[in-house]
Amino acid sequence: MRRTLYDKLVDAHQVCDLPDGDMLIYVDFHIMNEYTSPQAFSGLDTKALSVWRPEAHLAVVDHVNATRSDEPHDAASKLLIDNLEDNCTKHDIAFYGLGDPRQGIEHVVVPEQGLVTPGMLIACGDSHTTTYGAYGALGFGIGTSEVEHVLATQTLRYKRMKTMRVMIDGETAPGVTAKDIIMKVVQVVGAGGANGFAVEFAGSAIQSLDMAGRMTVCNMAVELGARAALIAVDEVTEAALQGHAHSGQFAFEGENWMSDPEAVFDKEVTIAGSDIEPLITWGTSPDQSVPITANVPVASDYVSPKAKAALDRSLKYMGLTEGQSAQSIKIDTAFIGSCTNSRIEDLREAAKILEGRRVAVGIEAIVVPGSAMTRIKAEAEGLRAIFEAAGFEWRPEAGCSMCLAMNDDIAMDGERVASSTNRNFEGRQGRGARTHLMSPAMVAAAAVAGHLADVRGFT
Amino acid sequence: MKDQKMIKTIKGVAAPLPLANVDTDVIMPKRFLITITREGLADGTFADLRFDNAGGPRPEFILNKTPWTKANILVVGDNFGCGSSREHAVWGMRQLGIDACIGTSFAGIFYDNARKNGLALPIISPETRDLLLQAAGNGTEITIDLNGRRLTTGNISAPFEMDDATQTALIQGRNDTLDTLEHADAIRDYEAGLNSEMRVSVNK
Repeated sequence: MRRTLYDKLVDAHQVCDLPDGDMLIYVDFHIMNEYTSPQAFSGLDTKALSVWRPEAHLAVVDHVNATRSDEPHDAASKLLIDNLEDNCTKHDIAFYGLGDPRQGIEHVVVPEQGLVTPGMLIACGDSHTTTYGAYGALGFGIGTSEVEHVLATQTLRYKRMKTMRVMIDGETAPGVTAKDIIMKVVQVVGAGGANGFAVEFAGSAIQSLDMAGRMTVCNMAVELGARAALIAVDEVTEAALQGHAHSGQFAFEGENWMSDPEAVFDKEVTIAGSDIEPLITWGTSPDQSVPITANVPVASDYVSPKAKAALDRSLKYMGLTEGQSAQSIKIDTAFIGSCTNSRIEDLREAAKILEGRRVAVGIEAIVVPGSAMTRIKAEAEGLRAIFEAAGFEWRPEAGCSMCLAMNDDIAMDGERVASSTNRNFEGRQGRGARTHLMSPAMVAAAAVAGHLADVRGFT
Repeated sequence: MKDQKMIKTIKGVAAPLPLANVDTDVIMPKRFLITITREGLADGTFADLRFDNAGGPRPEFILNKTPWTKANILVVGDNFGCGSSREHAVWGMRQLGIDACIGTSFAGIFYDNARKNGLALPIISPETRDLLLQAAGNGTEITIDLNGRRLTTGNISAPFEMDDATQTALIQGRNDTLDTLEHADAIRDYEAGLNSEMRVSVNK
């Protein structure tokens, strides 16, 4: 029987079949944050249940905390942070809180701590848990009721998904990053195109990415609807497993954690690496993107009245006119951060563009390193000095910050942000805020130019 | 929940919400998420669509217009519920009185969250959806028969898709956590088969 990597992972974690057609799958490792877990813990209390296996969970503060200091910025966020710490103390769960040298964005912290390894099944109350597919691990986001379920049973009720392979072969051009690759996939497959699918990324353009790039790709797979994203294990993966706090503690042997050569996928998508350019989003869905050298669409590009209406709505929200060139879009703010693009590799890419340059007059530019460890490493490498010399504000604490504006980093109504994040939804970065997604290097280029700009002109 | 009453049919006024890719940030904006309870989320639901910056109702939004102010069903665009995993979106919709959301496709996490909270998500073809959008726009009531997996309104009668486990959960009501603990022996057996390197233990 030839199996896909996804099927091998599900098979290895199946506990039993359930009478209604679902199965129980075993969760090796579960991560929690302060905003999707409180009601799960209170659910345990209501039912008088205990945590099945406390050592298999990690709680990290990242969504609501301020990144200007290690003190909560208001009483409401303090309540959430304290609540998580109290719950972890009560149930004997590892807690990496504010001020802890291991704290940071959960999906940056976990690989940094060596807590992900091929063959593992990881759940977390956060949609970007698909990130761990970069390691050949099955990671997926869950809701709060499911967080309670994992805490109490170490399992989830699960229904096997269909499989899709996205093959990206060929070399990508200079200036094209992992972010552009996944933004291209979202554009081609569509924002809901992979609903019901587990997606495996393959091909030479994927294999040639480093782990940070692979994580960026798998992270944003949820923006095409994929509930799981996977990349086969190779020597790049193996090399990344060494040298972390938990390295050597876990291994999931027994499978090779790659799809068998003749495994059949339910759907195949092929994209030529050479077709990918640096992209920016112009609209309010991550699939609404164009190359930086192109123009915002015009109504006549679309046939159906529904599509024309959607274009109109997006343009109106974004304050753009149809057909205007991408590079004519002036920005107010530049933000580098998030679980998609705040790793040391991302900061290096942006710093390359910023070295010897200055942020344009009137632009607010912020960089929030993904974790305390990332920040310290970046400072030691001299990256902080480059960002600050260029006029970026270097945040001393780690967190999601302006990616979803749950802390005090909230963009104003109409404020236009060049952002290295993952979602350009209406109101995502603040009520009425206008988000343009792009790679960290492209954010740096936009900050310097004062408008969206082609990173290839900044060498 | 086990004490929830059995629901086999959902009937009521349906509001058309044809936008594609309505995400959970739009369903429940982040300023309503700073909470440790499940309660008090009705006002936050679709807040930026329902209310203007001053907090007044936007008269042009469908749920602010008669008869849809009393809608308990939504007919929605493709890929509804995409984005963030926040279950607050579903809690809020339930607290606003929404019992069902009919559409062509839903994001996976949203779909699972809905099932946990008794929100029915019948899946239909794009053609049926367009007919239902029209019917809903006329204020016609829709009836959803969960047992027979069939929708009716006026002279439209169409089947819908819903997986067996979700159908059972909606009709019988269920407490997944407690039900799963009935399989505790199977979980222990599985764990007994794991070697020590497969037992994650996080450094404190």
